Amino acid sequence: MTDEALRGRAWLFGDDISTDHIAPGRLFHLRTDLPQLARHVLEDARPEFAGEMRPGDFVVGGRNFGLGSSREHAPRIIKLAGAGAVLAQSFARIFFRNAINVGLPVLQCDTSGIGEQDELEVDLAGGEVRDLTTGAVIPFVPLPPVMVTILADGGLVAHVKMHGGFDLPEG
Amino acid sequence: MTALTLAEKILAAHAGLDAVVPGQIVIAAVDVAIAQDGTGPLAIEQIEELGSARLKAPTCVFFIDHAAPAPRSELANAQKTIRAFCASSGATLSDVEMGVCHQRVAESYAKPGDLVIGADSHTCMAGALGAFATGMGSTDVAVGMASGQTWLRVPESFRIEVTGELQDGVEAKDLMLTLIGTLGADGATYKALEFGGPGIDALPMPGRLTLCNMSVEAGAKAGLMPSDDSTRAFLAALDREADWRPLAADPGASYERVVEVDAAAIVPTVSRPHAVDNTAPAAALKGTRVDQVLIGTCTNGRLEDLRAAARLRRGRRRAPHTRLIVTPASQAVARAAAAEGLFDVFWDAGAVVTNPGCGACVGIHEGILGDGEVCLSTANRNFHGRMGNPGAFIYLGSPATAAATAVAGEITDPRELL
Ligand code: SF4
Repeated sequence: MTDEALRGRAWLFGDDISTDHIAPGRLFHLRTDLPQLARHVLEDARPEFAGEMRPGDFVVGGRNFGLGSSREHAPRIIKLAGAGAVLAQSFARIFFRNAINVGLPVLQCDTSGIGEQDELEVDLAGGEVRDLTTGAVIPFVPLPPVMVTILADGGLVAHVKMHGGFDLPEG
Repeated sequence: MTALTLAEKILAAHAGLDAVVPGQIVIAAVDVAIAQDGTGPLAIEQIEELGSARLKAPTCVFFIDHAAPAPRSELANAQKTIRAFCASSGATLSDVEMGVCHQRVAESYAKPGDLVIGADSHTCMAGALGAFATGMGSTDVAVGMASGQTWLRVPESFRIEVTGELQDGVEAKDLMLTLIGTLGADGATYKALEFGGPGIDALPMPGRLTLCNMSVEAGAKAGLMPSDDSTRAFLAALDREADWRPLAADPGASYERVVEVDAAAIVPTVSRPHAVDNTAPAAALKGTRVDQVLIGTCTNGRLEDLRAAARLRRGRRRAPHTRLIVTPASQAVARAAAAEGLFDVFWDAGAVVTNPGCGACVGIHEGILGDGEVCLSTANRNFHGRMGNPGAFIYLGSPATAAATAVAGEITDPRELL
């Protein structure tokens, strides 16, 4: 995990953003061309996002972000598009696990006070999000140790290669 | 001896432990690992990245079901990759004619007590056989196939205690939509839903498969059923009786929550756009005009589902403005349905009968919706854009509700036509 603070603007997406919003089935044929698919990231939720977001910007959701299909392409293209992290009140299980496996920071925190296009700073090591526009400091729920290990090793495949199998903390 | 839930029992056995507790992280041996044509190519890339000489999970299967046969060249190429990988790695290939992965897993691969992981969120359907089955991403499944292991956090369990029996014209799908409406789309996130009680004892396997299939629509990690005489009969009918063994939760196992459902009180239920938990009685939606009806998918494309739909269609045609698409879940289902004459009933009613597979469910081909169009589908998801057009509207219901709706051209409680 990087120690540097991430900085960027907030793009608000609301509750129940599904993997169909992020990487829709009608673009199924682009799944083997992730850079192309990334140009359509989150298109069915906010059509302007992919074209207007800048590297480092944050995807800010409400409840149950990433529900639906197991398609790992969803967190992969959010990362590939250059988003610094996804912040949400809560995440769907498979999306959360996939995001860690592919090295996309997913932070569970109270996003209700974050405004559209607020300037945010995320301190991964310090466990907080600073809303530079409003001055609010928002703590995020620490990742479970098993996920901290996978993220620190550079994702699941790197972890397994590094240790010749699983070497995870029990908590 | 600690009393264990079904999920705890299966995970403990696969982690080589006597007991496990919710929240514990275990490294568990995988019995069956699967991927499909959407998630398979990425899994193959990750397996190659791992540099594994051979796959260690005992059963690894790749299914070409989402876009089967391929509707465009990019997909045909992805499918070529899958076929070549199966040929070189020894993984089993289920090619375009065979049907939806989850139906095929239930028919041919999963056994009571197994740990099944799959790069598809509805992998949880195999829980109906008394397995712990859960959906993951391509990378997790790649590691599971290559190493024969996966890591899991032992989930807390919700006990779904079902009493009473479903009334005529009311199906397991209605029960599950009602339950999801109660729990909410994230009401069971990270949990295992363990179904039981007299209502489940009386429910045959097809309905159990539907309940477990949709467990993920409440956010659950797994849905589980006891393995009993119905499970045995299901396996015996597939010539797999040797795969059967009894399995149940221990008496006194502890549950985070117990939800009681009276099956006799369930009515035909429909999910409204664009959320599965946005439910209402079918009767309350009378007057909602429908352009397309889809009967099929891993949720409700089984022989019993097609029978339930055909029962309402016999001698009736679809409404002129309502297209009807029937997609059997597997070749075995299609073969049996054809032999029983069900396809003739559907054809006479004005239906399109397609190749077994995912069909129109996920918006790739075989029934993409037009702008502003309304579909009633027997699938498990009605998210915005799900059927290929973010400007369309999807309602979910049972096969009987779907058949009645196709006849009337508007959402209809099937009991009106019984
Ligand atoms: S039928 Fe639909 S829900 Fe089932 S596996 Fe196929 S795409 Fe997924």
